[in-house]
Amino acid sequence: MSETTEAAVRAEVRGWLETSWNVDAGLVEWRHRLIDSGWGVPTWPKDWHGRDLPAGLQSVVDEEFSRIGAVGVAKAGIRRLAAATLLAHGTPAQKQKFLRRSLSGEDTWCQLFSEPGSGSDLAGATTRAELKGNHWTINGQKLWTTSAHHADWGLLLARTDPNVPKHQGLSYFIIDMHQPGVDVHPLRQMNGHASFNQVFLTDAEVLPEHLVLDVGRGWAVATTTLMHERREADGVRTWGQASVAEGRIYDEERAENATVMEPYKWYPQRAGRVDLVIERAKAAGVNADPVVRQEIAKLLVLAKSAEWTARRARAAQQQGRPQGPEGSLGKLASSHVARAAARVHTLISGADAMLTGQDGPMNGLIAEILVSVPAGSIAGGTDEIQRNIISERVLEMPKEPRMDNDRPFRDVPKNLVS
Amino acid sequence: MQFSFTSEQEEFRSILRRFLEAKSPATAVRRLMETETGWDRTAWHDLNQQLGLTAVHIPEDYGGQGFSFVELGIVLEEMGRALLCAPYFASTALAATAILNAGTEAQKREWLPQIANGSCIATLAFTEPNGRWDTSGVEMTAISSDGRFRLDGVKSFVLDGHTADLIVVLARRPGSTGNDSLSFFTVPGNASGLARRPLQVLDPTRKQARLEFRSVEADLLGEEGAAAAPFAKTMTQAAACLANEMVGGAERLRQSALDYATLRVQFGRTIASFQSMKHKQADMLVDVELAKSAAYAAASAAAEDNADLPAIASLAKAAASEAYMQTAISTIQIHGGIGFTWDNDTHLWFKRAKSSEVFLGDPAWHRELIMRAWNV
Repeated sequence: MSETTEAAVRAEVRGWLETSWNVDAGLVEWRHRLIDSGWGVPTWPKDWHGRDLPAGLQSVVDEEFSRIGAVGVAKAGIRRLAAATLLAHGTPAQKQKFLRRSLSGEDTWCQLFSEPGSGSDLAGATTRAELKGNHWTINGQKLWTTSAHHADWGLLLARTDPNVPKHQGLSYFIIDMHQPGVDVHPLRQMNGHASFNQVFLTDAEVLPEHLVLDVGRGWAVATTTLMHERREADGVRTWGQASVAEGRIYDEERAENATVMEPYKWYPQRAGRVDLVIERAKAAGVNADPVVRQEIAKLLVLAKSAEWTARRARAAQQQGRPQGPEGSLGKLASSHVARAAARVHTLISGADAMLTGQDGPMNGLIAEILVSVPAGSIAGGTDEIQRNIISERVLEMPKEPRMDNDRPFRDVPKNLVS
Repeated sequence: MQFSFTSEQEEFRSILRRFLEAKSPATAVRRLMETETGWDRTAWHDLNQQLGLTAVHIPEDYGGQGFSFVELGIVLEEMGRALLCAPYFASTALAATAILNAGTEAQKREWLPQIANGSCIATLAFTEPNGRWDTSGVEMTAISSDGRFRLDGVKSFVLDGHTADLIVVLARRPGSTGNDSLSFFTVPGNASGLARRPLQVLDPTRKQARLEFRSVEADLLGEEGAAAAPFAKTMTQAAACLANEMVGGAERLRQSALDYATLRVQFGRTIASFQSMKHKQADMLVDVELAKSAAYAAASAAAEDNADLPAIASLAKAAASEAYMQTAISTIQIHGGIGFTWDNDTHLWFKRAKSSEVFLGDPAWHRELIMRAWNV
C-alpha cells in the first residue's frame, strides 16, 4: 500500500470487499479470508494479520464494512481482550497459536482475575501457581468470570511468589479451561440471572510455554488487559447487534451472538432505562403529577448532562486533543443516572413496583431494573475506586497511604471474612 | 450541536481569562460591590475598547462582531469565573438580545450599534414584584393615544435598572392576560415619571432595581401586541447565557476549594490527603463538568437556533443552578470556619450562585418547562 490517506484506504477496502464479501460464506471461513487480507484488524502490525494503519483510519474501514453489511472479526466478549493482550505481550509462538483462532471466533476466552478475597484490590490475588516438574500447577478460586462455562481458554492472574511485595509476585498465564482441575459453577445474582461464574482451580495445569511475559510481571500484563477492557466498556452496547439480513453468514453470526451476549442481556436494565421513563409515566397516568414531573425532569437533566459530557470527551478525542477531566467521569456519572432512574421508576410504578414477572409492570422489566441497578456502581471499578482515581489522577490529590506495598505479600493482612 | 470548541474559541477564552484576571481581581469586586452603581465606567470602557465584548453576538450589520451564542457563552463563563462587576448581562445578554428578537430594522439600527460599542447601557425590565418569570406576571399597562404610549406599573428585579441608559420594558394592553396583547417598549433611563430605586440585594456584585412607572412616555419596540414570541425566545436564550455564566463561577469555586485543601494542614497532613476530602472533590468535579456540558449544549443550540432550544436551555439553567449552589456550599464546607468569614472570598461567589439560582426562574420552574417542552 503506497498511501495511507483516508481516500486511498477507503478505495482499497471498498475494492477488496466488493470482490470478496459473500453472504453465503461460512462465518469462520469468511473470517479467515478477512484475517489473511489484513482488513479484519487493519491497525495491527502487518506481521500479525493487520495492515499497520494509523488508529485514526479504523473508522474509515468500519464505515465501509457497515456500508455493505460485511461481518467483521470476532469482537464480542473477552476474546478481543485476549487478542489485544497477547498482541502486546505474547511470544511469537503464543501469537501464532492464539491470535488467528481468537479473531476467527473459533476459540472463546474468559478472564480469571477477580477472587473472593480480591475485588477492587485485584493485585491481592491469592490463587497460587507453582512450577512442579515440567508444568505450572494452579490452586485457588476465581470469581465474576463471565462465560467461563463455554470458554476454551482463560486469562489467569496467579501468585508465583508470596515472599515479595504483592505486585511483584504475580504472573500471567493462559490456562486450558477443558481439563479436570477446572471446575466452573454459575453464580446466581440478586436479579436472578447467572451471568458470571465461580471457577475452582484444583491442581489445574498450565504448560510452561503458556506463561505470558516473565514470571513476576503478571501485573503489567493484567494492566494491559484492563486498559483494553475500560476502553471497550462502551462497546458492550454495540456488540451483538447482529444484522437482521438474510444469508448463511448472518445466521451463523446471530447464533454466535446469542451465546456470547447471553450474560449481558440485563445490562440495559442495570443502566436504569431512562429511555422508558416518560412512556411509563404516561402509561401509569401519573405524568400530570407535579412531584413525578419534577423527579422525571431531575433525572433527564442528569442523564442528558452525562450524555453530553461523554460527547464532549469523544469530540476532544476525535480532534486529537489531550483528554480533559470530562473523559474520566463517565463511569461515576452513569452510576448516578442509574440510581436516579431506579428511584423514578419506583415513584412512577407506585404499588406495582413491589411486583415482578408477569404481575409486574412491563412483564417484570421494571422489577429487573430495580434489582439490577446496584451492580452498576460496583462492576468495572466501584464508585469509591472511581472517586480515588478522579481525585488522584485528574485532580492530583495525594494518593491513599498504602500498607501493602512495602512488605512481602505473605505479611499483608488478609480478609477476616470471605 | 457542537460538543467542542475550535482552537480560535479556545484562544479567545484564554485571552479573556488573562484580561479579566487583570481587570477584575477580588479586590476590584469588593470595591465595586460596596458602591450603589456597582460598576465603573472606566473599566466598562476598557472592556469594550480593548476586546469589543459588548458587541460579541450582535451582527456586523448593527455594529457588532457577528459571533454566535457560543462566543457569548465563553465571554459569560469567563465573566462568571472572574465575578466581573459590570452591566454586561443586562445590556448585551438581555437587552440587545430582546431588541434583536423584537425590534424593527430601523430600531435595530438605532440601538444596537450604541449597545455594541458600549456607549449605551441597556437593560430589560420584564419581572414585576410578583416575581413571576413568564408573561402571566406582567401587569404593567401600556395605554396608547395619538400613536404615543404611556406606561403605568412597577417592574422589579431589573438588572442594573437604576443605572441603565435605556430600558426595554414589557407591558400589556389594559384588560389583556397571558401572552395576549404584550408589547415591548423602550424608555430612556431618565424619563419623566420614572422612579428608580436600587434594591438591597443579597448578591452585591450584581445590582437590581425597582422601577416605578407613572404615565411614562415610551416608544413601541417592534410590533404592537406581538411581544410574546420574541419575549419567550429572549428568555430561552438568556437562560442559556446565564447557565454559561454560572458554570464559570462554579469552576472557579471548585478550583479554590481544591487549592485550599492542598495547603491546609490538620492532624499533621494536608486535608487533601483525607479520603473524605478526595471523594468530595471528585463529586464536585462531576457536578461542575456535567453542568458545563449542559451549558455548552445550550449555547450551541442557541447559536444554531435549534428547535429544541427551550428544553435544552431550561435543562442547562436547572443543571447549572444546582451545580453552582452545591459547589458553593461544598467550597465553604471545605474551607471550614474561615470559609464563613467576610474576608474569605468564597461568599462573593456563594451569593452570586444564590441570586443566579433564582434569577430567570429557579430549578423547579425550569424542570417544569423541560417537561412542557417535551410534551410530557
